[in-house]
Amino acid sequence: MRNKNTNKIICLTAFLLFAEMVSAQSAKSGDSNYLIYSLMAVAVLIFFFLLVQVSDNLLAIEAKQSGADKDGANFGIFPSLSEIFAPKLPDYVANKKVHALSKGHDILLEGGVTTNNVHQVNVKTFAVQPKNFTGLSPIPKVVVEVGATVKAGDHLFYDKKDPKVMHVAPVSGEIIAINRAEKRSIAEIVILADKEQVYRSLDEIDLDQVSREELVNFLLDNGIWPLIRQRPFNIIPSQTEVPRDIFISTFDTAPLAPNSNVVIEGKEDAFQKGLDVLNKLTDGSVHLGVSANGEEAPSNAFTHAQGAEIHYFSGKHPAGNVGVQIHHIKPINSGDKVWTLGVQEVITIGRLFTEGRYNAERVVAVTGAELSEPKYVSTKLGANMGDLLVGNMTGDNNRIVSGDVLTGQKKETTQYLNIFDDQVTVIQEGDYYEMFGWLIPVDPRPSISNTFPNFLFPDLKFRANTNTHGERRAFVVTGQYESVLPMDIYPQHLMKAILVKDFERMEGLGILELAEEDVALCEFVCTSKQPLQQILKEGLDIVREQS
Amino acid sequence: MKKALLNFFNRIEPDKKKQPLLHTAYDAFFTFAFTPNTVTASKEVHLRDGMDLKRTMVHVVLAMQLCYLFGTYNIGHQHFTALGMYESFFAGFHLKLAYGLIKLLPIFIVAHVVGLGIEFWYAAKKGHAVEEGFLVSGALIPLIMPPDIPLWILAISVAFAVIIGKEAFGGTGMNVLNIALLSRVFIFFAYPTDISGDAVWVAGIEEGVSQSYGMVYGVFDGLFGALGLDQFGSGGVPVVDGFTGATPLSLAFQGGWENVTKVYSESAMFWGTIPGSIGETSKPFILFGAVFLIITGIASWRIMVSMILGGAVMSLLLNAWGATPFMDVPWYFQFYMGSFFFAMAFMATDPVTASSTNVGKWIYGFMIGFVGMIVRVLNPAYPEGWMLAILFMNVFAPLIDHYVLEANMKRRARRATATA
Repeated sequence: MRNKNTNKIICLTAFLLFAEMVSAQSAKSGDSNYLIYSLMAVAVLIFFFLLVQVSDNLLAIEAKQSGADKDGANFGIFPSLSEIFAPKLPDYVANKKVHALSKGHDILLEGGVTTNNVHQVNVKTFAVQPKNFTGLSPIPKVVVEVGATVKAGDHLFYDKKDPKVMHVAPVSGEIIAINRAEKRSIAEIVILADKEQVYRSLDEIDLDQVSREELVNFLLDNGIWPLIRQRPFNIIPSQTEVPRDIFISTFDTAPLAPNSNVVIEGKEDAFQKGLDVLNKLTDGSVHLGVSANGEEAPSNAFTHAQGAEIHYFSGKHPAGNVGVQIHHIKPINSGDKVWTLGVQEVITIGRLFTEGRYNAERVVAVTGAELSEPKYVSTKLGANMGDLLVGNMTGDNNRIVSGDVLTGQKKETTQYLNIFDDQVTVIQEGDYYEMFGWLIPVDPRPSISNTFPNFLFPDLKFRANTNTHGERRAFVVTGQYESVLPMDIYPQHLMKAILVKDFERMEGLGILELAEEDVALCEFVCTSKQPLQQILKEGLDIVREQS
Repeated sequence: MKKALLNFFNRIEPDKKKQPLLHTAYDAFFTFAFTPNTVTASKEVHLRDGMDLKRTMVHVVLAMQLCYLFGTYNIGHQHFTALGMYESFFAGFHLKLAYGLIKLLPIFIVAHVVGLGIEFWYAAKKGHAVEEGFLVSGALIPLIMPPDIPLWILAISVAFAVIIGKEAFGGTGMNVLNIALLSRVFIFFAYPTDISGDAVWVAGIEEGVSQSYGMVYGVFDGLFGALGLDQFGSGGVPVVDGFTGATPLSLAFQGGWENVTKVYSESAMFWGTIPGSIGETSKPFILFGAVFLIITGIASWRIMVSMILGGAVMSLLLNAWGATPFMDVPWYFQFYMGSFFFAMAFMATDPVTASSTNVGKWIYGFMIGFVGMIVRVLNPAYPEGWMLAILFMNVFAPLIDHYVLEANMKRRARRATATA
């Protein structure tokens, strides 16, 4: 390898010297020929550039051969661009490789939680919602009846296509309703919770001894499977296939998202146990995406997790999205299947073993500018919205969102938190006319555009509302989506490929690497107000049905 | 006041089924006055960015306002300079401004009435809202026309550009070619004597004599007389000796940079007090617009930078070749002449017709600069190259994007085989 390169240098040097001599001869005497001189200068510059470049490559090759570049350290002569322009990183990531993502945008909203105390709330009803799961049959087989009493962890329903995947009750109590939606599909199975929770007793299982198959059956039977999502498509994982890797993002950069340190406090052991379990389920690794944004050092449970590869990410939203992290750690190629989980789902898995019961406790951030007191509350999966928000809302023209404002779903107080959401956001409805709102907006509003003075006040927080601020149009502005999506993907062209149902192009342009949440920020910034998440969902459905 | 206006609008709303054209027009004006009260859907993002297409477009129009101001005044300035009157720039201020307005306003009105009329009609026919694309096209078209353009030719060219160039492809966001340039290129090939040559760039001069001032001017004369200012008079003034009305580019073609500087000083060319299309002469004001567009993030700086690079590289190559006096014009002086900056700031950066990938934008801009300089210097039939170069690259932009996307797809496929 080295000889080849040395030869190259010698050849180049000789060639350049020759070229210089020729050009020097052809320069006419007396006539100041700037073109020849400038060409010569350029040639000399190129020569030195090549020299330095080749030696830089040699260094990198040397580092690779000796295996010293494993953790991605830069052994070249030049600092890489990302090193020069990288934001100042906090101390806890000193000497560690950080994926510094420069693209993205943080939407700063009023109504964040200011104290880290977790409050207890009295939620009376909980629900499991089959519609939370992508690809589940609309009418699954329900194994309980209205009026029955269940323990936490008892079976509620299963999909007839996949009868081993059990969906279980998050709390103990009485089934008070099975609500149906259009075409008799099942919307909610509602449980009135007992004051004293009782749990279904589990089989003893020794994690060190158990085979993968036994472990899978144990998790299937205890309602863990629906908590795991398989990419591509964000679906309930297949029982038969072993995932290539498992990815867990331990921080959320979405607007007003909960702080993972609060979520994990006191449950570090359960989280670690959950990681141990996951490690038995994959042949690859368990990857943790950890924040290097540095407002606060991540919990030791994340930075010192055993049996997991830690990857630090810094950057604005969507740096905390697991899809973006997968793209930078080990992208999903056609045919790959990987699993993703949230921190609280991992804790639930761990608790099966540390506590010996299905404990679906969730710390939920109740946020939004329309609340008198944004706070963290401790509840269970599928809590009732009204009970979570009781006495906290101000104003009467609000929208309640299960999840964050980018990816969440609009809910009424009679409805329930979606299964993967650990956040409730309450914002104003924007159903008002604004005079010349497009030209001279009166109240400040979040935007990535510099036509608003927002960029002069980078820390300004907004009291936003749901107005669309304009009508839907065809795609006109370009480069906008790319500027907020830190992935090697062309979202606008992908969307167009989906709209014309060009199957090959969709896959080629990377639809399999995306989930709806990843393009949510693109949808927010879209000048033409296009529904990108919905378009992507349609595309994913088409591809899923074809494969 | 807001409430009263809202009530007024509610009261006059025409019936959508019975009078679709009227309702479309009503809807256009209503959404102009009020941002609608629509809210985000239940499963999409719940917040939307404050930016919409109206705001995008209006900022491009805002960026051109200085060009409008200067262009209007320069019409009058060129007219009187040709007659040897008020040769200092600010002398006869009121006359020059009034003369410019009388020339510009009809062009502006005709372009908008024809263009918007067609847009409204198509919107009503297709049953969608009036889209904002023509806001920018309509503002650009007057700036790239000679001041004496016959209005009927203008009307035909705008109609051609909007119908064939845009509506035939599906409306705003779907067109392949830049609408404003398409209307200009239509005149360029259909009525060449009205848009090229030396005779068209200074308004109101025919066969060496200034036009006879008609009734509109009389109205202004009455006003100016009452105020004790100079008046237009009756016209028929002969032009000064040596007046040609030639633009720097045609002078450069005949005799290189020396020939240009005999007639126009460098500072005149820079500030734009020279004959030319209405809005393209003044470099500082155009650059102000360009910087405004870059800071607000509306136009792509990539296209602008790469276009300058492309133009500079080509003129350096031509310098090296040096076969004609025009080729010998130093590369930096090439930017003093013609409409390079106007094309760069407002024409090449049109997001619909430009390349839509960031890599593609670099190639697209560079090629415009490169090709445009070839057309300008090497082809005697076409005095300026940017219009043709941009339209040419408009056609190629999808191809550039295609290869950029192919590269992305190949990268992904290679990654898959590498790890498999």
